[in-house]
This record gives sequence, structure tokens and C-alpha cells, in this order.
Amino acid sequence: MAINTLNHVKKKPFYQSLPWIGPAIVVIALFVLWPAIEMFTTSFRYVNQAGQIRGWTGISNYQTLFTNSDLPGVLLRTGVWVIGVVLISVLISLPLAQMLHQKFVGRRIVRYCLIVPWAASVVMTAISWRWMLDSYYGIFNRIAQDLGFINQPYAWLGSPNIAFGWLMLVAVFVSVPFTTYVIIAGLSTIPEEILEAAKVDGANDWKRYWEIIFPLLRPALLIGIVINLINVFNSFPVIWAITQGGPGSSTDTTTTMAYKIAFKTSDIGQSASLATLNFLIILVFIGLFLRVNSRNAQKNK
Amino acid sequence: MKSFRKTTLTISAWIVGLLFISPYIEMLITSLKPKSEITNIPTTYLPKKWEFANFINIWKQIPLATFLKSSIIVSLSATVLVILIAVPAAYYVARNNFRGRNAFMFLVLITQMFSPTALVIGIFREIVSFKLVNTYQALILVYTAFNLAFATWILSSFFASIPMEIEEAAWIDGASRVKTLRKVVLPLALPGLVTATIFTFIAAWNEFVIAFTVEGSPTHQPITVGLDSFIGQYQVQWEYLFAGSLIAIIPVVILFAFIEKWLVTGLTAGSVK
Repeated sequence: MAINTLNHVKKKPFYQSLPWIGPAIVVIALFVLWPAIEMFTTSFRYVNQAGQIRGWTGISNYQTLFTNSDLPGVLLRTGVWVIGVVLISVLISLPLAQMLHQKFVGRRIVRYCLIVPWAASVVMTAISWRWMLDSYYGIFNRIAQDLGFINQPYAWLGSPNIAFGWLMLVAVFVSVPFTTYVIIAGLSTIPEEILEAAKVDGANDWKRYWEIIFPLLRPALLIGIVINLINVFNSFPVIWAITQGGPGSSTDTTTTMAYKIAFKTSDIGQSASLATLNFLIILVFIGLFLRVNSRNAQKNK
Repeated sequence: MKSFRKTTLTISAWIVGLLFISPYIEMLITSLKPKSEITNIPTTYLPKKWEFANFINIWKQIPLATFLKSSIIVSLSATVLVILIAVPAAYYVARNNFRGRNAFMFLVLITQMFSPTALVIGIFREIVSFKLVNTYQALILVYTAFNLAFATWILSSFFASIPMEIEEAAWIDGASRVKTLRKVVLPLALPGLVTATIFTFIAAWNEFVIAFTVEGSPTHQPITVGLDSFIGQYQVQWEYLFAGSLIAIIPVVILFAFIEKWLVTGLTAGSVK
């Protein structure tokens, strides 16, 4: 997000900028910062089930949260979820972008197909996966039976680990289009001659891809990964529409768990403390990633 | 050898394309089955009887027109507001050094990191205390705020990439600052403008969590939430659910396909800067 530095230009006073940036500041302050602060302060309050604030409670919401026996599993799953989905999305998107950057018959149509999951509502996409995975009427069971992989219908979403695997697959499915496009955008900034020289033809050229093209994709990848980290971390509809975090809380991440505590258990204070923890975790994720990235960038110089 | 490789590339690309639309094809097939065929075990690949009437009956099953109207009002208003607010902010940030510039950029970055989902409790409490439950304004304002960051960022990358000299030439010709922005800068930043517009519109159109939480009454629910009524505790009306989903999905897919060729340029500016 580094926009060209204008440090050499003399600074104008702040008030002159207000007609231009003032409205943006007001809207962001009111509808992003306010709820953020509201959430943060609520995490130190006792809120009754009717939603009324009943005084400060210090860190007791956090204490209760950390004694919740579901929390360790949920935290672990959130880590697997974020790292797994982002990593797999990038690993699929790199070759896919390479493929779609070349010319072939029907390229435009294939690109249109790829943007469908990006444009479509994630909730609706997730629901269609839930339907395809249905243990009685789902098309997956039909295909798997016809191909002879299974003998009788299987409850794909019945056992926690397999269900969570499917959830990750759906999350990858909806992240790949954006990621691929960011990488195609990165590829389009590389001069044709360099791409031509490093053409990925056979096994040997694999090495040339990593040595020549991949480093040039770094800025695009950086954007793609950071935005994906944020989106995947906050991804709620995929899990909500398919398993609602169930069976039990066995496919919950911190995001769905916070929602459940707020709107099913009606414990707003408790939920706010988890949401605050959630934000701290994403800060750590992004911080760590940017740090690793800048270290690698220096190594490459 | 070369043509063999080309054929392999073409065929694998087509398979990939097909894979990405397959859930939507299954949606379409299911939406065209009569109710009795939905619960066939094992399920059939294609309907025995094609029930096109599902797409007509759905309008009577739920207030679909009202849901679509809400979606259009909320998404269009949020998009217009985002562009009106983000264009001047992005332009000023790209062209001027001022006290508080870094702080403003930091604010934009932080907004990008929050999602409405992460703040849903705070937003809900705020909407309740502003007495905006079951109003369009609640969604319009929240969507505007959360999409401002991306729009501002992508637009300022574009503005910054336009050479200063072009603008200076316009000033010498006597054009005012605002006029220069309108007549010279905006046309040059068109790919960024289009990308920001469509991204905001689609994000608003598809948003679920906030709308689900804040809009309890069908009169103000957007279609993402409205279709939820087909999902009952024990039974789901799959044929209608998917007919409705397709009605919601197809317009935005066409919109997105329309800007596909701008998309790469739009995202490039963001990623090189």
C-alpha cells in the first residue's frame, strides 16, 4: 500500500486536506473505528442477555474465554485454516495464472468461467457445495459410486476432520480466482522478452521459472497473500453455510465461534473478547508474513 | 511437438474452466428439477422432467422482487458514495504532501484489515443505538465505510501513475483543479475507476453477515439474506433456493465479465506500486 513518497515536497497544513479527505475520515471513523472501539471496550464489560451493559468486569471475560474447553481446538483449526487455505490457493494460482497468460483457443471463455466464483455470492456458492456433498441426494455420492470409489453413500460432512477438509477446499475454490488474477496482473508487468526467454517448456525450465519469473512476481504475490490472509481469516459464510461450525464446535474457527457466542449464547461480552483476540491474531499473522517477506527480499538483493 | 503442447494446454485450460463453473451448473440442474425428483436416491444427473416453472413460481413463494429491490438500492447507493468519497481522497493523497498524510494512509490500511464480519458485534450495537435496525441506511453506510479503503488505495495508485505534466498543461490552459480532475485525470484513471466501482458493487451485493444480523424484516433484506427462508430447520427447498441464487448471481457475473479485460490493468496498478 506504499504510494509514491512525496517527501521532497513541502508539507501542506492538515486543514487544507479536509475538503478532500474529510468525508472519508468521517465515514471510516463512524462505521469502522467506532464499532472497533465499541467491541474492544465491550470485551471488558458485563453485558446481560438483553444486551444491556451491566458495568465493567475487568479481564473476567478473557479469563472465562481462556477456560473455554473448545478454545484450544478452535485456535488450532483457525491456524490450519488460514495457513492452509492461503498456501494452497497460491500454489494452485501460480500455475493457473501461467496457463491463462498464454494464448489458446477459448481463453476468454475460460477466464470468464474463472471469475464466476469470484463474482458469485460466497454464501450461495457454499450452499451449492453443501448440496453436492449431501449424504442422501448429493451428486458427489452419485459420481463416486458410479466411478466405483465407494459402495454406498458417504456422509462427507458427518465427521469433523473430513468436513473441515471440505470446508477448506471450498474456501480455496473461492479464493483461487482473485489470487490467479492478481498473479496474471503481475505477469502482465513482466516484459514479453523475459517471459519468452524463460518459457516454461520442460523439466529444466522449471528452475528458470523459480529463478527468473517468480522473483518478478513478488510484489503481486505480496498483495495477493495479504488480502487473502485478511479474507480467509475473516471467512464466515463458507463455514456458516455448510456446517455452522458443527458437529458441535468441531469445525468452528475463531470467527464463527465469536458469532455463535454473540448470537446463539447471547453473551456479547464474551464474544467481544474473542473478537478482540481474533484481531490481535490477524495482526500477528500479517506482521509475521511481512517480516518474512522483507527478510527474503533483502536476501535476494 | 509444439502443436501437441498447445492442444494439451487448451484442453487442460478448458477442464479447469469447467471445474470452476461446475457448482453453478449443478445449481442450474437442481433448480430445473421438479420437487419430486430432488429427493431421488441416488440423485439423477439431469432432470427427467425439466421444470422451468420453478423460475416463475419462486416470485410467488417469497417476495423476491422486494429482496432484489433492496439489494439494488443498497449496492448502488454504497457504490456511488464510495466513488464520491474515495476519488477526491485518493487524488489528494496521490498529489499532495500534507501533515497527517501518513496517519490517513494508516487509517486506510487498518480499515482494509478489519472486515465487517470481525466487527459484527460492534456494528450491531452501533446500529441498534443509532436506531437504524431494519433500514437501508444501516447497510449503505457500513458497506461504504468498509469498501472505501480498497477504492482509495487502488485509485491513488492510478492517480500517482499519471504524469504530473499532463495536469500542469491543463492548468496552464486555465482549467481549475476540479475540472482538471474531471476532464483529464479521471479518464486516464478509468481502469482503476471501473475496477473500484465494480468491486464495491459486488462486495455490497454479496455481503451476508451484516445484512443477516441487522435486517430482521423481509422488507429491507437483500437477496443474500432473503433466500435464507428456503432453508428450514429440517427441510431445504433446494429447487427454489438455487433458482433464486442464480437470479442473484447471473447479473453480477455478467457485470464482472464485462470488466474482465480491465481487471488485469486495474489490479496491476495496485500491485506494482
